[in-house]
Amino acid sequence: MAISRYVLLVFTIAMLASTAISDPILTKVNRHVENPGPLIMSEVLLAFPELQSKNLAYLTASSHETKGKPKGSVVSLPIKAVNLDDRPSAATFYSVLLPKEVAAGESFTLDVLAVFTHALRPVPEQITQADIQLVLYRDSVYYLSPYEVKVQSLSVKLPDSKIESYTKLESTKVHGSEIKYGPYENLPPFSLSPITFHFESNLPFAVAQELVREIEISHWGNVQVTEHYKLIHGGAKSKGEFSRRDFQARPNDRGASAFSFLVAHLPARARSVYYRDLIGNISTSHLRVDSRKSELVIEPRYPMLGGWKTAFTIGYGLPLQDFLYESEENRFLNMTFGSPMIELVIDTLIVKVVLPEGSSGISAAAPFPIKQWQETKISHLDIGGRPVVVLEKTNVVPEHNQYFQVYYKFSGLSMLREPLMLISGFLFVFAACIGYMHADTSISKSSASYLAKQQWEEVQVLIQKVQNVINRCLAMHDNLEASLRDLSRTGDVQACKAARKSADGLLKELSKEMKPLLTSLQAYSSAAQILPKVEELVAKERELQEKVMLKHSTAVEGYERKSGARDIDHRVALLQQKITALKQEVDDLLQFIDDI
Amino acid sequence: MAAPETSTAAVPTLYTNNTLRNAFGGVLSFFILLLIGVMAFSIRLFSVIKYESVIHEFDPYFNYRVTQFLAKNGIYEFWNWFDDRTWYPLGRVIGGTVYPGLTLTAGTIWWLLNSLNIPLSVETVCVFTAPIFSAFASWATFLLTKEVKGTGAGLTAAALLAMVPSYISRSVAGSYDNEAVAIFALIFTFYLYIKTLNTGSLFYATLNSIAYFYMVCSWGGYTFIINLIPMHVLLCIVTGRFSSRLYIAYAPLVVLGTLLAALVPVVGFNAVMTSEHFASFLVFIILHVVAFVYYIKGILSPKMFKVAVTLVVSVGLAVCCAVIAVLIALVASSPTKGWSGRSLSLLDPTYASKYIPIIASVSEHQPPTWPSYFMDINVLAFLVPAGIIACFSPLSDSSSFVVLYIATSVYFSGVMVRLMLVFAPAACITSGIALSQSFDVFTRSIKFQLPGISSNTEVDAAETSSATAEAQNDAVKTEKSEETSKNRPSKKSKKKEKEEKPSTKAKAEKRLLALPLDSSVISLLLLILLGAFYVVHCVWAAAEAYSAPSIVLTSRSHDGLHVFDDFREAYGWLRHNTDVDDKVASWWDYGYQTTAMANRTVIVDNNTWNNTHIATVGTAMSSPEKAAWEIFHSLDVKYVLVVFGGLVGYPSDDINKFLWMVRIGGGVFPHIKEPDYLRDGQYRIDSQATPTMLNCLMYKLSYYRFVETDGKGFDRVRQTEIGKKHFKLTHFEEVFTTHHWMVRIYKLKPPKNRIRGKTKKSKSKTSSTSSRGKRSGSGKKNPWQ
Repeated sequence: MAISRYVLLVFTIAMLASTAISDPILTKVNRHVENPGPLIMSEVLLAFPELQSKNLAYLTASSHETKGKPKGSVVSLPIKAVNLDDRPSAATFYSVLLPKEVAAGESFTLDVLAVFTHALRPVPEQITQADIQLVLYRDSVYYLSPYEVKVQSLSVKLPDSKIESYTKLESTKVHGSEIKYGPYENLPPFSLSPITFHFESNLPFAVAQELVREIEISHWGNVQVTEHYKLIHGGAKSKGEFSRRDFQARPNDRGASAFSFLVAHLPARARSVYYRDLIGNISTSHLRVDSRKSELVIEPRYPMLGGWKTAFTIGYGLPLQDFLYESEENRFLNMTFGSPMIELVIDTLIVKVVLPEGSSGISAAAPFPIKQWQETKISHLDIGGRPVVVLEKTNVVPEHNQYFQVYYKFSGLSMLREPLMLISGFLFVFAACIGYMHADTSISKSSASYLAKQQWEEVQVLIQKVQNVINRCLAMHDNLEASLRDLSRTGDVQACKAARKSADGLLKELSKEMKPLLTSLQAYSSAAQILPKVEELVAKERELQEKVMLKHSTAVEGYERKSGARDIDHRVALLQQKITALKQEVDDLLQFIDDI
Repeated sequence: MAAPETSTAAVPTLYTNNTLRNAFGGVLSFFILLLIGVMAFSIRLFSVIKYESVIHEFDPYFNYRVTQFLAKNGIYEFWNWFDDRTWYPLGRVIGGTVYPGLTLTAGTIWWLLNSLNIPLSVETVCVFTAPIFSAFASWATFLLTKEVKGTGAGLTAAALLAMVPSYISRSVAGSYDNEAVAIFALIFTFYLYIKTLNTGSLFYATLNSIAYFYMVCSWGGYTFIINLIPMHVLLCIVTGRFSSRLYIAYAPLVVLGTLLAALVPVVGFNAVMTSEHFASFLVFIILHVVAFVYYIKGILSPKMFKVAVTLVVSVGLAVCCAVIAVLIALVASSPTKGWSGRSLSLLDPTYASKYIPIIASVSEHQPPTWPSYFMDINVLAFLVPAGIIACFSPLSDSSSFVVLYIATSVYFSGVMVRLMLVFAPAACITSGIALSQSFDVFTRSIKFQLPGISSNTEVDAAETSSATAEAQNDAVKTEKSEETSKNRPSKKSKKKEKEEKPSTKAKAEKRLLALPLDSSVISLLLLILLGAFYVVHCVWAAAEAYSAPSIVLTSRSHDGLHVFDDFREAYGWLRHNTDVDDKVASWWDYGYQTTAMANRTVIVDNNTWNNTHIATVGTAMSSPEKAAWEIFHSLDVKYVLVVFGGLVGYPSDDINKFLWMVRIGGGVFPHIKEPDYLRDGQYRIDSQATPTMLNCLMYKLSYYRFVETDGKGFDRVRQTEIGKKHFKLTHFEEVFTTHHWMVRIYKLKPPKNRIRGKTKKSKSKTSSTSSRGKRSGSGKKNPWQ
């Protein structure tokens, strides 16, 4: 599938072959270099005509030994662009540094892979939904070379055998979708002879006009990748009606050049994958996960016809330990550069690596030339912002999916900064609350209302104490009652008496406690309202206390005299009534005071 | 559940320490309130969990767009914002015609979060504004009900409000509409009014005006406040409950409130000019007269007072007559008697359907049906009468307010479905009072009936269970508030002596009122059952009925969940594949969504301020193709968007709304006549339909090439075969149709070149030579070609 998309143009120049592909296009050149001259040669010049050079996205050269294993030792060679003054300016030159110098008479085989984008031009430029997309490719039948060429042949591989037209030369052979030219012998330097191919191609021309990949590193264990795509169908523009009915009923010949899904190969263990755009989640996606890779199939909201655009965002989290490595005190992130979407040509790719706040000594390394600079981004709870390494590259093809590295220094303690900040923030809020509750915020400390309020607070404290004492008294009463109940069950008079004794002692203490409280209450003028109630309460309580004592002693006496239970009950009954009534009154008073 | 345990553990040692128990009560009710807030927030998250975090419906999209603008451009730009992307070519002054409360609230939240470096998107903030404010609203309900009937009733009412379906329907996450914050503002304003009334504090009166200002900012429903409060004041005066507290509660509200309201651009001078506000000023005058009379009465001897009364009455009457005459003359000079259309349709429910079809066409302006009452307030409908009775025993200033509130809101909710939302808090408050009072009665009777407890009630009360302890605690408080409210009208000096007696008396009475044990236990169980039923219903309503965002539809079939995301598909297509300045015409329902999601200029939108403009679009939709093309072309329209549900059975599509387009269009352009579209008074699209109907643009755009889908053209919404099956479009071309055909977008064909002297021939020529020629060649199967 992937291969059939590409137009393969294979050049062979006297055992030197070349290939090309594209959006667009891929070229592969296989050259056999022989040094005829007296000089020792250490580099080879590659030339591309202007037509191609502006579309050139990717170029590698590799060598294998002429003798020996052809596949075993493939070494990619350093390439650099050169400007040569004495050469035609219509061509761009790249020089390949050979691994070893080639002496006169020796030979050397070089594989050159060049990828071009936007080299296929749709002709006609606008088609209706029913039409078939035709594209035009132009090249030279002779491989442009600054050297003399002994032998050259060219083979062009098209995606389909439906070829509208192609340049016919004397030595042209067509095998299905492959067209072969040559071999040609003894060509002078810079020989050119244009050829064109006009052929059917219903392959999706998915082009990302802009892709922003944001890779955010969190040392808490996550690498968050967010990719913003701006996608266009780069093929022939659709014109006229778009009929959904036709598209649904006959998708193969109505809108055949449209593509309705894309496949992204996410790294294994990608998690929380999402796919959305500006107006919300896009529900048409499928994620297939197995142990080696995650495959995300996404459908844009609508089928992409020629010239239609869309924009969306995909995002996923990755486990940190798979991508972040430590070397000495340096840490480095090792990730692929390009988009996980296969078969996507990217016009402008911006990769932003957001490092954790507090990182230093930042540098980035990529296997191909790249524009880079640094920014800061302020994210969750940052103070100074996080350093961002921005890498920009135009004309990116899947061949660029190589690993790049971002090196930085980061101390593990900085991780704790944000949690600590939160903790201290909350601490501060609570402390401020406590402080506010305890602080006196009134402006005038001598105003009457303020003093009255303060006094009232003191009175309340006192009343609280009074209530406390009363409650303890009531508790004592309950104790006595309980002891009486025990008595009626067990008949243990001694225990009952002991309880009485302790109760007596405690009650006395309590009444002692009560006295200073009452006197100090009297001192307050603002307590005047409540004082009678409190006094009444104390009086009632005392009465109740007496009655309880009386009841207790009567009951105990009764037991000592061994009188019948009925007799005791009879005697106590009257007291009990009074006690209940008093208790009720005390309760009511307590309630009342409480309400104030 | 930790709190009750510790309280039971603490009780034996400290015994019944009232203050401690109150403290526990306070902490307990604080935690209950916190949980109620959490519940109010989380019950509204069903939409996010089941669907996604997205803005719902129509109006919220506009609010979202305004908030985005505010967040991006700042407040001053916002006030001056002239939006040229709607109501083309008129435009709309957004800053001056929008209630800014919601947008400013969400904008402020967003700004606060962003300045704390918490980079949430505007959308996220907007989605969660409504749930947050519903938590606030339930707390405000607690405060209001607490002022009326004590903490217990407050907590119950807050819990009921937190999950009342009527309110949920407007405040699920994503439902970013004015009502979301307005209900909180409404309840809070009422609370502050009651608080002022109970305390007579100027501090609260000022706060009240500010709350009222916030309400005015948020929602047009503020007129309800400014009419209800004067009504209550009048009621108090008439029933002889005038006091200085009443004066403090009302006078500052009118003065400050009106001044503040006039600051909101959308209200402006309406705050003093329209009849909606008239009642408040009238009552303001009456209040002053009454206050003056009371003052005079206080300083004069009875004899002198009589003289003064005659004097004042004669002079005052003359002045009043003059003033009223002037006012009536002013009011009568305006055609609508100074009332806005929506307010008039509230007073006269038949008004809108007679005169303003555009108000009547909105489904939320229709009167509700009985089932919708059951759906929206459920068991509260049965509890409300009990709550009203509870408000009458004893009747205080505050409880009379609640009675008045529920009475008026019942009426309003009966006129418009939308105002059910105002009714819901009132229903929750009264039901909360009813529930807590009945719980109070039942638990108390159980407590007194249980053997061996009567001797020391309090210990056991605390020990029995947390529920009864709490109820009793509440009982104590309600009793207190009852007493205080009872005593309030009396003078302060008398207060002390009086207060003691009722408390003992009340206790004695309560004991006599105890119900039999078994019946109270059974009633308690039944009440709990009722409450459980309510909770189940609310959760169901929140999860199933009200959480659908309406831009994403789902249907459950045997092979799982099916998602219909056609609206966003169409808006997405418009956004990316049309020119930024293209104009899109559609019925006004989709205006807000088109501007917000597709970012394209629309002709009309949901802010139906210009009837003529809407009528123009309605006319175009109901005209034949050529006439429609001319109308649209004169409006610079490039694309026409129609919503069509016939393929998948989506009932609220344009064909079903079509009669309203005809009516609204016909209201302004008389050549559109409704009877032309009806066959014997019936609206139909099958073969019996009238030719006018079958030839109108809406029909054609909806059913263009529809017959090819199944060969018959069976409309699954109308359940018939369509009348006219095979036809071509001459002035429009289909440019996009979504996956389920729910949205169809057509492009206006460019005007044809005029060929002189060949007008007749040119028709056949153009159809074969134009771009469509190719299609007709390829589509030979099509029977009509």
